[in-house]
Amino acid sequence: MSQTDLEIVVDDPTTPEDDSPSVVSSGTIEIFVCLLLLALAATLGYDNWRTGASWDSTGPEPGYFPFYLSVILGGGSLYGLIAAFVAHRAASESFVTRAQARRVMAVFVPTLLFCLVMQFLGLYVASFLLIAGFMRLVGKIALWKSLLTAFLFTAIMFVTFDIAFDVIMPKGPLEAAFGH
Amino acid sequence: MEAFGLLLHGFAVLLTWKTLVLMMVGLVLGIFVGVLPGLGGPNGVAILLPLTFTMDPTSAIVMLSCIYWGALFGGAITSILFNIPGEAWSVATTFDGYPMAQQGRAAEALTAAFTSSFIGSLVAVLLITFLAPMISSFALKFGPPEFFAVYLLTFCSFVGLGREAKHKTVISMSLGLLLAGVGMDTVSGNLRMTFGSSELLRGINFLVAVIGLFGISEILLTMEERLALRGHAASISLRVVLSVWKDLPKYWVTLVRSSFIGCWLGITPGGAIAASFMGYNLAKRFAKDPESFGKGRIEGVFAPETAAHASGTSALLPMLALGIPGSGTAAILLGGLMVWGLNPGPLLFVEHKDFVWGLIASMYLGNVVGLVLVLTTVPIFASILRVPFAAVAPMIVVSCAIGAYAIQNAMFDIWLMLGFGVVGYVFKKIGIPLAPFTLALVLGNRAEDAFRLSMIGAGGNLKVFWSNGLVGSITTLAIVLLFWPVIDRLLRCVGWPRRAKPAA
Repeated sequence: MSQTDLEIVVDDPTTPEDDSPSVVSSGTIEIFVCLLLLALAATLGYDNWRTGASWDSTGPEPGYFPFYLSVILGGGSLYGLIAAFVAHRAASESFVTRAQARRVMAVFVPTLLFCLVMQFLGLYVASFLLIAGFMRLVGKIALWKSLLTAFLFTAIMFVTFDIAFDVIMPKGPLEAAFGH
Repeated sequence: MEAFGLLLHGFAVLLTWKTLVLMMVGLVLGIFVGVLPGLGGPNGVAILLPLTFTMDPTSAIVMLSCIYWGALFGGAITSILFNIPGEAWSVATTFDGYPMAQQGRAAEALTAAFTSSFIGSLVAVLLITFLAPMISSFALKFGPPEFFAVYLLTFCSFVGLGREAKHKTVISMSLGLLLAGVGMDTVSGNLRMTFGSSELLRGINFLVAVIGLFGISEILLTMEERLALRGHAASISLRVVLSVWKDLPKYWVTLVRSSFIGCWLGITPGGAIAASFMGYNLAKRFAKDPESFGKGRIEGVFAPETAAHASGTSALLPMLALGIPGSGTAAILLGGLMVWGLNPGPLLFVEHKDFVWGLIASMYLGNVVGLVLVLTTVPIFASILRVPFAAVAPMIVVSCAIGAYAIQNAMFDIWLMLGFGVVGYVFKKIGIPLAPFTLALVLGNRAEDAFRLSMIGAGGNLKVFWSNGLVGSITTLAIVLLFWPVIDRLLRCVGWPRRAKPAA
């Protein structure tokens, strides 16, 4: 009836191995997150209490609503902390394996660098570097393909946003040299 | 029949070349986003939102809602051909869709999926057309206490009816409400929770948070998984389409049942995921031969797809009528409304007739155009998956950055986006749901204002939330839903309802 025999096959040469050792368990991360949230709730709660969390002649003070929310957040994270501690005794599943962590870092670190470079060179140059670099170094794609794709994508973005839709992006020395 | 006249007016607003082109662009982008791994409805809408900032609100919402329909259609392609659900609500579609593709019936399965998506959305849009104006005109009588009660109902039903651990939903929601309060207080003008930072003065922008939470974190999560794919290619011929459509009347019970489930769960915050599974399970239970499900039965595609799309579409009903989004994507569209300078709520139907009816008309038109488009272009879109993820990932990161920056032209927002990306990644991995956070962040300020205004009006007496029958019953319902798990257990303890023990 149709050409369903055609198969699409895409391989992933850098697939994380299934037997990679776990870096950290979910339980540990959960405890850590709950502690952070508890600290956040305490900080925000204190700040709102300082702003004024009671009633004055006109009604609730500005800190009233957020103060009680911090109390709820604190309560929720405290409960989560206890629940995570209790569950931690039992076997806990892995939060991330070493192979997975390596792959996540392979995206996160370039993204971080991209945000950093953008401050100095503008968004478009940073985008070009991110796409070309990522394709070449992480994806092991041929250099010319990486450069071409990066250039085309960045150019399309520039035309779409800066020229067609008037959405102005941060620029750096390169764009300045061309008078933008 | 006033709605009908207004709807015709909406079509008149839409039928210009410019809007039709935008509609096509939106649909193509949407299908693209739905097919790509690591992106889906809410992410796509959030990332592409900046494109619409300079448009007039009607064109903008038409394009955005078309991106949404496109993404809904696109999710089915990967589920059926590759056994990879593009979205959580397409999981149930893979149960029978993928076996059908394996048997060489991919075209049939795809036609069934697209057609039932279309039917599901259509039923939901019909519901919106006639129900939304009624609800909104009723809600025009609401004062601050009623509005606060409705917000409370939304929040409480998330906690009480959500499937995640209750304390995690509470954490997610209170964090969202707190972050919504950062910056200048709208009532008193005081600064709150800024800790002297001038960047935090503006507050935490909802869309920046969404781009980080859904876009960046999704890339990180996708990288963890195996990205190799094996799937079937398919092209759909007119003959297959017609033969599937000819059989449609046979399945009317399934279609009607699933549409009903979808609409119900879409309006209440049950969501498309629950709807698709419920649609599938009920179709299976009522079938004469339940064991044939999961082996490539066309009804197994009809049931979840109709329900998921009915639910995804009807989630827009409370957003339009009351300003309360029923899903994550609806929340982002609501964020869009505010950027375009529209004030969500029941007044929308009165003050911005063109906008509302243009949107509703675009739901009809977008679905028809989308169905045709997707049926004819499946092979092209399926081959998008050949593009290596190493090329797609950095492009998505760049799009996210453009989106986050464009909202307020602030470099700080780029860092905020990155931070939310990490938060989203960790939260998803330890099971803290993101939907309540998104909802709380977008509704936070209005919920607080409603609370404070009612308190000021009543001189600080909490009885104002029980001051008349309407507000009293909404508030009571909210509290019942909040404690529903406890109430449910108590009812069971006293032996009510007396259910027969499930057969082993």
